[in-house]
Amino acid sequence: MVKSGGSKNSRHLGWAWASPGLIFLTLFAAIPVVSMLFMSVLTAGRFGGVTTPINFDNFSRATDPIFVQVILNSLVIASATAILSLLIGFPTALFISRLSRKWQIILIVAIILPYWTNFLVRTYAWLVLLNNEGIINKFLKNIGLIDKPIEMLYTPGAVIVGMTYLYLPLMILPIYAALEKVDKNLTEAAYDLGSSVWKSLRTISIPLAMPGILIGLIFVFVPSLGNFVVPELLGGGKTVMIGNLVRDQFLKARDWPFGATFALILTLILIVLISLQSYASKKANVNA
Amino acid sequence: MLKKINLSAVITVIVLIFLYLPIMAVVGLSFNTSSNSLIWKGFGFDWYKNIWSNEPIMSSFQRTIFVALVTTFFSLLIGTTISIGLNKMKAGGFLRTFSTAPAIVPDLVLAIGLLTTFSTISMSLNLSTVIISHTVFCTAFVVAIVLARIGLMDPSIEEASTDLGAGALKTLFKVTIPQLMPALIAGAVLSFTLSMDEFVIAFFTNGPETPTLPMVIYSMIRFGVTPEINVLGTLLLVISFVGVIFAQRIGKVADSI
Repeated sequence: MVKSGGSKNSRHLGWAWASPGLIFLTLFAAIPVVSMLFMSVLTAGRFGGVTTPINFDNFSRATDPIFVQVILNSLVIASATAILSLLIGFPTALFISRLSRKWQIILIVAIILPYWTNFLVRTYAWLVLLNNEGIINKFLKNIGLIDKPIEMLYTPGAVIVGMTYLYLPLMILPIYAALEKVDKNLTEAAYDLGSSVWKSLRTISIPLAMPGILIGLIFVFVPSLGNFVVPELLGGGKTVMIGNLVRDQFLKARDWPFGATFALILTLILIVLISLQSYASKKANVNA
Repeated sequence: MLKKINLSAVITVIVLIFLYLPIMAVVGLSFNTSSNSLIWKGFGFDWYKNIWSNEPIMSSFQRTIFVALVTTFFSLLIGTTISIGLNKMKAGGFLRTFSTAPAIVPDLVLAIGLLTTFSTISMSLNLSTVIISHTVFCTAFVVAIVLARIGLMDPSIEEASTDLGAGALKTLFKVTIPQLMPALIAGAVLSFTLSMDEFVIAFFTNGPETPTLPMVIYSMIRFGVTPEINVLGTLLLVISFVGVIFAQRIGKVADSI
């Protein structure tokens, strides 16, 4: 804590300003989240709610192969979304960072703009495209490539494409922010000195973009892993993710402790990943 | 060099098509006069006329605007007082992280945490619980924005104001708030937009009688592609596009003051 200049008086004044808001956040953010996560060791009440005794049954229930499969599925789908976003997001960020200032701004705004649209509408748009009578199938039929529509909707692939669509800007922005600071002359020089395209990419652009890449991976992975809307709408209930389990336990089965167990697992996975990211990011900064 | 630029240029074009094609499909179909929106019948504004008489959509839209306005007011008030306080007490990392954490916690976790809390203290779920919940996470964004700006402020200007005889209130309204104005406007626009579009938290903390617009959209699209959603999606698209451009303009004007 920095103490210079902070007289005792201004500290008191500061607390007076901040306390009402901090109390509000304690009551409606800290207590709800923390108590909900601890709820996993309680027993479900008969009509919702929770009762004692404290027990760890929910954790053994959660190791049922069905639930383990759902958790693995969620990890695979969220990872695939993050990797797909990186594969198309990195070249895009790289290309934009090499443009003139004016074009950089235009393209970055163009990338962000869809992100400000309601996410249900953006998810819905893929219903329109991927439907059996949808635009893509009609187009393929009209040019004679297919006779029968391809079943695209209600597959894990649709879920991955839909989530990539939702969160791609969150991948492009941090990578662009990291690359934009890079001296363009550096890559030019590497090229002039006979370095191949891939070598200059590997030795200069990728290491310099690494902090941005790590942030982007987290930004895409986190909302994907906890998502229950996209698996439901584009996966058609066939693709079940952790978020769906949490939602169903709270709203349908009314088994709060069991739902809280999955919320706790979700939170723990995210905490581990964010810690890894900040560790890797520090390392990347040292190396760069 | 040329080869690499070409490959990344091609991918950038594909990404832009990927981002805009779905939106354009919705916009295009909103002008379809057919009631089966996937079969093109003709161009017209039929469904735009219909939507104004769609009671569930219109009343949920009013609720959404109401929730967003009240949420914006409270999150601006709470977020700004927390920021001023943390700045005055030269607060360390913990209180800063604490105040911005609701923006980082997964929305689903915050949502069910709030649902269980409201049920435990027997608060019935309606728009007021949605407003409280939205205020929690919008406050976190306001704190993040205002704290960043307040850190750039020169404390000697506030001191000069007090030295010259201005009272605490006068200093607040004539010195501190005008300096914070760009951050306050950005915080307000962000809170309003976040609240208006928010679905997951509203889904868990709202009662069944007072659905907000995203909740109505959700229950409609569970039944597939409908002309109403095409129109509604297009209208929301226009609102957010205008909002983003408006916010950027205002940001520039406020920054120049």
